[in-house]
Amino acid sequence: MKFGVVVFPGSNCDDDMVHVLRNVMQQDVVKLWHKDRDIDSFETGDCIVLPGGFSYGDYVRAGAIARFSPIVDAVIEFANSGGYVWGICNGFQILCEAGLLPGVLLRNSNHHFVCKNVFLRTETNNSPITSNIMPGKVLKIPIAHAEGRYYDNPAELQQLEDNGQVLFRYATADGAITEAANPNGAINNIAGICNEQRNVFGMMPHPERAAETILGNTDGRLLFESMLATTSSKMLV
Amino acid sequence: MQATEPQVTVETAKNLGLTEEEFHRINDILGRTPNFTELSIFSVMWSEHCSYKNSIYWLKTLPREGKHLLVGAGEENAGLVDIGDGLACAFKIESHNHPSAIEPYQGAATGVGGIHRDIFTMGARPIAALNSLRFGDIESSKTQHLIRGVVKGIGDYGNCFGVPTVGGEVYFNPCYNQNILVNAMSVGLVKAGQTISARADGPGNPVFIVGSATGKDGIHGATFASADLTEDSAEDLPAVQVGDPFQEKLLLEATLEAIKTGAIVGMQDMGAAGITCSTSEMSAKSQTGMRIDLSRVPTRQAHMKPFEILLSESQERMLIVAHKGQEQKLFDVFEKWDLVCEQIGEVTDTGRLEYFYEGEKVADVIADALVLGGGAPVYKREQKKPEYLKNIAKFKLSKIAKPDNYVEAAKKLFTSPNLVSKRWVYEQYDSMVRTNTVTTNTPSDAAIVRIKNAQKALAVTTDCNSAYVYADPYVGAMIAVAEAARNIVCSGGEPLAITNCLNFGNPYNPEVYWQFVSAIKGMGDACRKFSTPVTGGNVSFYNQSVYKDATEPVYPTPTIGMLGLLDDISTHTTLNFKKPGHQIYMIGTPHNDLGSSEYLRWVHQVEHSPAPVFDLDEEFHVQLHLKKLIRKGVIESAHDISDGGLFTCLLEASFPNGLGFIVETDSNFRKDAYLFGESQSRIMISVSVENEDELVNYLNSNNVSFTKLGEVAGQQIIIDEENYGALSDWKHQFDTLIEEKMES
Repeated sequence: MKFGVVVFPGSNCDDDMVHVLRNVMQQDVVKLWHKDRDIDSFETGDCIVLPGGFSYGDYVRAGAIARFSPIVDAVIEFANSGGYVWGICNGFQILCEAGLLPGVLLRNSNHHFVCKNVFLRTETNNSPITSNIMPGKVLKIPIAHAEGRYYDNPAELQQLEDNGQVLFRYATADGAITEAANPNGAINNIAGICNEQRNVFGMMPHPERAAETILGNTDGRLLFESMLATTSSKMLV
Repeated sequence: MQATEPQVTVETAKNLGLTEEEFHRINDILGRTPNFTELSIFSVMWSEHCSYKNSIYWLKTLPREGKHLLVGAGEENAGLVDIGDGLACAFKIESHNHPSAIEPYQGAATGVGGIHRDIFTMGARPIAALNSLRFGDIESSKTQHLIRGVVKGIGDYGNCFGVPTVGGEVYFNPCYNQNILVNAMSVGLVKAGQTISARADGPGNPVFIVGSATGKDGIHGATFASADLTEDSAEDLPAVQVGDPFQEKLLLEATLEAIKTGAIVGMQDMGAAGITCSTSEMSAKSQTGMRIDLSRVPTRQAHMKPFEILLSESQERMLIVAHKGQEQKLFDVFEKWDLVCEQIGEVTDTGRLEYFYEGEKVADVIADALVLGGGAPVYKREQKKPEYLKNIAKFKLSKIAKPDNYVEAAKKLFTSPNLVSKRWVYEQYDSMVRTNTVTTNTPSDAAIVRIKNAQKALAVTTDCNSAYVYADPYVGAMIAVAEAARNIVCSGGEPLAITNCLNFGNPYNPEVYWQFVSAIKGMGDACRKFSTPVTGGNVSFYNQSVYKDATEPVYPTPTIGMLGLLDDISTHTTLNFKKPGHQIYMIGTPHNDLGSSEYLRWVHQVEHSPAPVFDLDEEFHVQLHLKKLIRKGVIESAHDISDGGLFTCLLEASFPNGLGFIVETDSNFRKDAYLFGESQSRIMISVSVENEDELVNYLNSNNVSFTKLGEVAGQQIIIDEENYGALSDWKHQFDTLIEEKMES
């Protein structure tokens, strides 16, 4: 499989994602420029990543303008044909704006940008990025955002919960879902979700910032390993 | 010439911040009376901010050469240090005090933007940011307003720009009530030999302006920065610039990409004095000139006057000189990034700057006459030893009452905002983007930034305890350098070089000038001792506050930004205790000394006391041997004993892993001095029982004084068999004190 990392004007976690995929996980990875429409070289088993950052400065609403970049139409098509699409932080916001994922990301409840390690409880192993992680396992992964408060209307939210589309919730170090452990006021402490088909996933925390021993935290690697395990097992079939 | 310009007289010159003497000098240089545009050009270029006229004589006494330096101080926009493996590090610190005092959000934001531009204009990619902030009394709503604005400004700019804020310092003291200090530092990486110089070589080469359009913001900003801050300063609001970090991010990527095309001859960012400064400095450096057509400069507003275009400090702009015939390469890159790239003139061989507007020449000046090192004036001002030092000399430790209850004294001390966690501040900064910040999960005295695809890491820190400098400018400035070096050494690194940000009061006040000169002497002596040359930086005069019903200069605050290197990242040493049973030692000599301690100021309300005990040779000796102990892998942790003394140091080492301690003080010393005194050149380390003999033997055989303090144990704080309470309670107070003040 190969990975494509989309660069929007204002993306700033693109290099970090490329570094982890290429140098840590030893994967094929190419950068894709937002003005490109042609991603035909990507096949269903490949993965396109929308990285973190401040696309177009996030001066309107995070992700609201990037959603209209030429490449996003191609990404929607790719997702609809079953390709993997992974949005992190600003990428998650763009996926919600583009309608590939339900819900929206609102301004943090304390109105501050917040960057720190948080704990996530893994809610399901039924997704490509959690396939190798035991449900209930708590991961320490950092967040860095001002607009990360996940919200959805009650009906959609119920569906999300019923379908097991919630991948991660903000939790305490021992896995309790509490208000104090919720850094941004997200509804139901939601930190990451996937779509109904489970090929599009978005999350506010940054696993690429927790994937190397030298940085003192490798919990994020589990997501990349899950992704690779999923695709390699599919190839075997 | 433009008929609508004001008539030029001595009064006009004075209104623009020039002296009568300087006005006459300009007349002599030109051989005629300048027009208003020309006078404006001189006024900004000869302002303190651009010309360093009152400081350069003394700055030149600082050590400015060293084996690692690739460019000398002042030669380029920032210092450049060889870090091996074909890599170089560009770094610099700069102030944005006055704009931040008036408009904290934009002032701080554009401070961050400006310092990053200084780094990437050299072709280096910024990889880390630090900042040193000074505010007044945290209880005042005015201070809280300033803190909120500054922190949000730094955060919004740096976070969007995508460079992690990895370290810094925040101090509170009433002397900064009106005049806060905002010093921002940027650190960048570049392959050696691939840097770009701020030169305008090659007459006939085209000159481009790239990035944002030019607006009316920041006009006369450099002049504004070079005058006292007064109650009327709020009316100077247009002198504060407005930042756009998204534009800066595009400008960064586009300029680094443009450099790779080989089309660029030289480049300089536009900061203070905008087009005027960049055109004159680039021309003067290459002994060339420029013809610039101001009507070709893309503007934000219609009908901007030529002098406004020349002086605008609109952010996120660069001046580029390109090789003639290679213009298309530039256009292609800037079009890709949707940025303006407009040719506004060309390089000439006249040595003159000729500015045109709609076909008319609006100014004609000699480039070299404008710049530092050229025609800009150089002054040595009058010095006088300050009166307040007499009060400091009268201080007697014996008159300070010893606490009846040490637990209560410690608790009182820990209500000082200077000693508790600045979490509320730094969590608003992205400290991890670019995935190089080692100290997120393994904290140490200096921030550690790993270099990808190498075994190396940078160690960076900013330091200055201005209370020490106030008490003794010579010693205090030495301590600022020594503490920065100590932080780097404690982290396992080797100090390489410094950048400085010299924040002082009005240089025409002889007492302030005495502080300035004394601090420079101390800084120079310490830098020579540690072989850490000064690569550049910035001087900010005219910092003063109305305080106790009088106008007082701020404490002299020569902030040191130090760069260090871990040649092998495995030498990284953290500050926190690792395991119960590890033994705690203090390296260095304790003293019966409470001089200029936070304890004296906060608990006893004593403002005037001497600087803490400091001996440069002992400092050097202690650091040398700590370095060797770290290389030998003998110790488990190292943390420098500084603000708040040993007690604070112990707690800070305990918090990360929630490990308490049992220690004993030495009855040969006053217990308050032992626990809370800030005598310098002391480092607290922890060591495993297995390595204890090796440690003790090493220290004895190398003549390093040391004291065994106790051991890591439990979750309580036990000193001299007295229980100071649960570590978790202390940590809660430590983490939330500032948060509670700011969010209530």
